[in-house]
Amino acid sequence: MAFEIFELEFMRRAFVAGLLISIIVPVIGTFLVVRRYSLMADTLAHVSLVGVATGVLMKTNPVIAAVIASAISAVLIERLRGLKKLFAESVLAIFLSGSLAVAVVMISLAKGFNVDLLSYLFGSISTIGSVDLYLLAALFVLVLASIGLFYKEFFLVSFDEEFAEAGGVKARALNLFIVLLAAVTVSLAMRIVGILLIGALMVIPVVTARQFELSFRNTILVSIAFSLVSVISGLFLSYYFDLASGGTIVLVSLAIFLAAFIVNRPE
Amino acid sequence: MTGPATCIEVRDVSFGYAGNPILQDITFDVREGEYLGIIGPNGGGKTTLFKVILGLLVPQKGEVRIYGEPLESFRKKHVIGYVPQRSLSDYYFPATVEEVVRSGRTARLGLLKRFAREDAGAIERVMEVTDVATLRKRLIGQLSGGERQRVFIARALASDPKILILDEPDVGVDVSAQEKFYSFLENLNTGSGLTILLISHDIDVVAHQARSILCLNRRLVCHGPPKDFITEDYMQKLYGKKVRFILHGH
Repeated sequence: MAFEIFELEFMRRAFVAGLLISIIVPVIGTFLVVRRYSLMADTLAHVSLVGVATGVLMKTNPVIAAVIASAISAVLIERLRGLKKLFAESVLAIFLSGSLAVAVVMISLAKGFNVDLLSYLFGSISTIGSVDLYLLAALFVLVLASIGLFYKEFFLVSFDEEFAEAGGVKARALNLFIVLLAAVTVSLAMRIVGILLIGALMVIPVVTARQFELSFRNTILVSIAFSLVSVISGLFLSYYFDLASGGTIVLVSLAIFLAAFIVNRPE
Repeated sequence: MTGPATCIEVRDVSFGYAGNPILQDITFDVREGEYLGIIGPNGGGKTTLFKVILGLLVPQKGEVRIYGEPLESFRKKHVIGYVPQRSLSDYYFPATVEEVVRSGRTARLGLLKRFAREDAGAIERVMEVTDVATLRKRLIGQLSGGERQRVFIARALASDPKILILDEPDVGVDVSAQEKFYSFLENLNTGSGLTILLISHDIDVVAHQARSILCLNRRLVCHGPPKDFITEDYMQKLYGKKVRFILHGH
């Protein structure tokens, strides 16, 4: 039977988590991609690994530790970027490789990798617990409410920070808000696709939608659609062909990107 | 004698980066309804002066007042419409003309306020007068230089400003579009009483359009009506060479 998949408790959880993530991740991703900040998602994911390692070492909830670690880094990254002494991408590169180094050292202190840590790196839908689901549901409400309330300001600072400031809009605070939302989203979404692949889910559906040359609003909506298709079909494929869920989801989204790129290729 | 009220006061402003002065002891007033052209060599501090007036840069010395209030405490910054200098690299952004023009009204609306019918009407009007209404669904990256310029003017006008500040708005715009553009600016100034501050590299344009001119080369070289300024002496002070100048019109 084709839908036996839904008779399994862990798969039902995976689908609920996947649906929540596939809606909010590209929304946040759009605000990063349009300002050429795509690397931010990956950077925050690597910082999350430091949180996970801390959580594992100290025997506390690794997801909550990851949220805290990436939120603190998000603040530091925005501060450094605001100083305008370094290129934004250099700041991201420093955090990305630096946090990976910290995480690796911490893991070695914990006497090597264990299965638990691997599940964070590559995602593991079978280990999603009800706490994870509650956290994701809360994040879902937070992200959608924030975008709903501050959409016009988020658009303005993403399109033209200087113009926003000239009009008296608090551009730096709004930037920080967007990056904090990204930090929390990345840390919570890593359970599904994994730390190493969350950046892909945040960026690829948005870049795919961008191929169709749509308005900003429609770019967000279409990227949600691509992300939903990738996550749902990725989960099905990974279950029936016994593949890694995170990798399958990202491969589906890459296939959609390729198709969109070919359909919209320049004459 | 009472003339139009002062809307911008720049008092003794100095600004520089790490011992490299860009603006030194700049003092001048802008009156309501004035059309002020700002000229000067590259690196003379024109854009920096605009950024100080807009509050984007904080001067090391001196102060700026808008309608009599110090800039730092002035809350209604949306009364100033800003048309920044542009580079082509921004245009990958997926946004339609309409979305960009609407974003010009965000600051005026304020946090948590949604676009009401009145705002939609105002946005529609500025798109009509700037002749971009027919482009509304086009992406900003698909426009010609002249069209894009009109969109950025429309965005600046969307907040119903009293003062319009334009930084080299004619870069990348062909000559015929430029003529139309400057007569449009003149209409805004004479018809709607909008105060205009314009930076242009084209001294000829500034001398013919603006009703007063400010020459800036780190210091204020001169400030007055075009006929006072068009003497070879000032041009030499500004650009370090003799420039011949013919004034007609006005």
